[in-house]
Amino acid sequence: MRITRFAATFGALTMALAVAACGGGDSESGSSGGASGIVGKATNDKKLVIGVKADQPGLGLQTGSTYTGFDIEIGKIIAKGLGVEESGIEWKTTVSANREPYIQQGQVDLVVATYTINDERKKVVNFGGPYFIAGQDLLVPVDSTITGPEALKGKKVCSVSGSTPAKRIQTDYKDAQLQQFDSYSKCVTALAGGQVDAVTTDDIILAGYAAQEQYAGKFKVVGKPFSEEPYGIGLKKDDSEGCNKINEILKAAAADGSYKKAWDDSLGKSGTAAPELDTTKLANCA
Amino acid sequence: MSTDAVLYDHPGPRAKIRNAALTVVFGLVLLGLAYWVYAKFDEKGQWAGALWKPFTALSTWTDYILPGLGYTLGAAAVAMVLSLTFGIVFAVGRLSDHRWVRYPAGAVVEFFRAVPLLLLMFFIFFGVPFITEQPMSIFWAVVIGLTLYNGSVLAEAFRAGIHAVPRGQSEAAYALGMRKSQVMREVLVPQAARSMLPVIVSQMVVLVKDTALGYIISYSELLQMGVNNVAANFGNVVQAAIVVAAIFIVVNSILTALAGWLERRTRRSGRAPRTKGQPVPAGLVQTGEAAGD
Amino acid sequence: MDVFSDPYNVDVYVTGFLWILKLTAASTVGALVLGVLLAAMRVSPVPVLRGFGAAWVNVFRNTPLTLIIFFCYFGLFSTLGFSVSDEIDLNNYWLGVIGLSVYTAAFVCEAIRSGINTVPAGQAEAARAIGMSFRQTLTMIVLPQAGRAVVAPLGSIFIALSKNATIVGTIGLMESSNAMKELINANGDAVIPIFLVFAGTFAVVLIPAGYGFGWLANRLAVKR
Repeated sequence: MRITRFAATFGALTMALAVAACGGGDSESGSSGGASGIVGKATNDKKLVIGVKADQPGLGLQTGSTYTGFDIEIGKIIAKGLGVEESGIEWKTTVSANREPYIQQGQVDLVVATYTINDERKKVVNFGGPYFIAGQDLLVPVDSTITGPEALKGKKVCSVSGSTPAKRIQTDYKDAQLQQFDSYSKCVTALAGGQVDAVTTDDIILAGYAAQEQYAGKFKVVGKPFSEEPYGIGLKKDDSEGCNKINEILKAAAADGSYKKAWDDSLGKSGTAAPELDTTKLANCA
Repeated sequence: MSTDAVLYDHPGPRAKIRNAALTVVFGLVLLGLAYWVYAKFDEKGQWAGALWKPFTALSTWTDYILPGLGYTLGAAAVAMVLSLTFGIVFAVGRLSDHRWVRYPAGAVVEFFRAVPLLLLMFFIFFGVPFITEQPMSIFWAVVIGLTLYNGSVLAEAFRAGIHAVPRGQSEAAYALGMRKSQVMREVLVPQAARSMLPVIVSQMVVLVKDTALGYIISYSELLQMGVNNVAANFGNVVQAAIVVAAIFIVVNSILTALAGWLERRTRRSGRAPRTKGQPVPAGLVQTGEAAGD
Repeated sequence: MDVFSDPYNVDVYVTGFLWILKLTAASTVGALVLGVLLAAMRVSPVPVLRGFGAAWVNVFRNTPLTLIIFFCYFGLFSTLGFSVSDEIDLNNYWLGVIGLSVYTAAFVCEAIRSGINTVPAGQAEAARAIGMSFRQTLTMIVLPQAGRAVVAPLGSIFIALSKNATIVGTIGLMESSNAMKELINANGDAVIPIFLVFAGTFAVVLIPAGYGFGWLANRLAVKR
């Protein structure tokens, strides 16, 4: 056993070197769909591991050992639809940078973590949803003159390293200076301190921060989204059965009011009316 | 040379006045600096009660800080045991008579000492699963990273320690007819371990601090729980970081004090080995590595 | 090697290591100067200075560097208003240099102090006997000899420093740990080659550096 494992590691290392030398390196490590997909796992084990954010008020916030927010509510709806009790859900904290690897390696079964569907990510994971359409926006002090992304020239913008919003600033708004941290709460603190002029990410994330008690009345969301961020539910690339099942569950949730309830129990608390879930867009499954 | 006594005479009247003047001036500068920092923090509202209040609530401690501390200490404890084992095994390996043991052991130790732990942890978590085709738990990624790095540093420390044991010890052991493995196991390693105690402890302090690097793979350690998550709930990043820093300082000071006590104990019992020339622990070999994060 | 045939990726890699190089260079100077000062304080006749040196060492040596760098941003910059440049990268770079310097200085101080301990007492006694002051004894007799004994530990401290420079990434500088993260995020299928290149770069530079310091230490060692 020890020898075989060593041999395997060694073999893999040499292989890695070979790969490094000649490129490529697609590993066919993913298990196949069907019974080993989430549908199979949910029916057999009655358990699901769901990756969520832990530091985003209103969406995915860890308070003690419990998680709260819109993403959490969506996660519960999906789990319920798959026949898993709430007690069978294991929440796992993910950050923007580790969602794909978590899914690919099976660290989590699903990711509901402000996870934007895009083509690049579709290459490696499968997306149910979108369950919400967000848009990149700016959070600025109430007295700020910044009115949109065009006004960012020479300004300092903060975002989370490795996130889509950070990349968009780097590529589309090169005149802005980008400050990156590992969490939005640090960005918001820097904004409060005046070290950065704006924080950028999806509007609903920003709204969650703006609504926090200690920042009440200090910040505003500019309100001119300059991108469309369809939030999806990530799962293994080859699990199309699970993906279709998720879309069915979402459709049912839109019809029976549980989607609206999920909103009202989290982000809706600040008074914003629940959005309509456009079920015609549930078509990202590979 | 004990520094305090030898570098300067007992102060005479003039020196006393000069020292007193220096004390006052430096003391005032420090106080001024402290006040300035205080005032600046005040100006920015960092002392505001609302930002500190969460720390008076029991739930903040039971929900975030204590679990975070638990995860930090848990990973540190496991990694300590493993890295000591790793260190001894590879130190002995590097001293082996067999080239096929010595060289690989040396390569492993040198490699892991040279790679930043941050990169190592990141790779263990995201890269190794591609090799083993099995998911890697965050906890073990942190522990393995800590073990490989600190174990390698300790291996070098032990090796130096073994070298520092007076040659008469091993000669006497061989003369008694012990085999090399016995000499190593029963004579050299125990003495080396004792003489390297200060180095081992400072490496343990490094190890505790290094668990904080687990943030890169979102391990729920003290920094993640006590700073990021607390701040996400209460918006008090700076205050949370101050509290967490204080906790780290206390934990590591306890560890250091414990080591001092242990060292005095072994010395008093008269069983600490006499090394030739200067004491190795003084840092000749490894205190520096202790700077490794 | 697919990943590194893309010039953008090569650029990310090179920029990352350039930051590490610059951070290491400036912080080495900073830590050395501060560390020598602190060591002098710790062996000085003035209790306040001794206490200050000891407190510095205890605080900075026992706090994770991640937190120290964090305080450089949110304490020094954010709250105390210390700022070097209006350019984010440059400012973060200097904040990182300060953090690395104050942290590493604690280790340098301790290494020098134990180096001082290796100088035989007779040397200082003889210096005092011919009427040298504390400063003269320290700078002309003890430190030059101690300096030779601390080459090896200082070497490992500075090697550690160059690795610790990766932690400045927490305040957003695109140094090599962030660079590696970015490349891995964009090329999830090439994790292993990317890691090997980054880790290999460190190893190729630092392992010989370690041996170099060892060789230097042997050459300079005071034979007693």
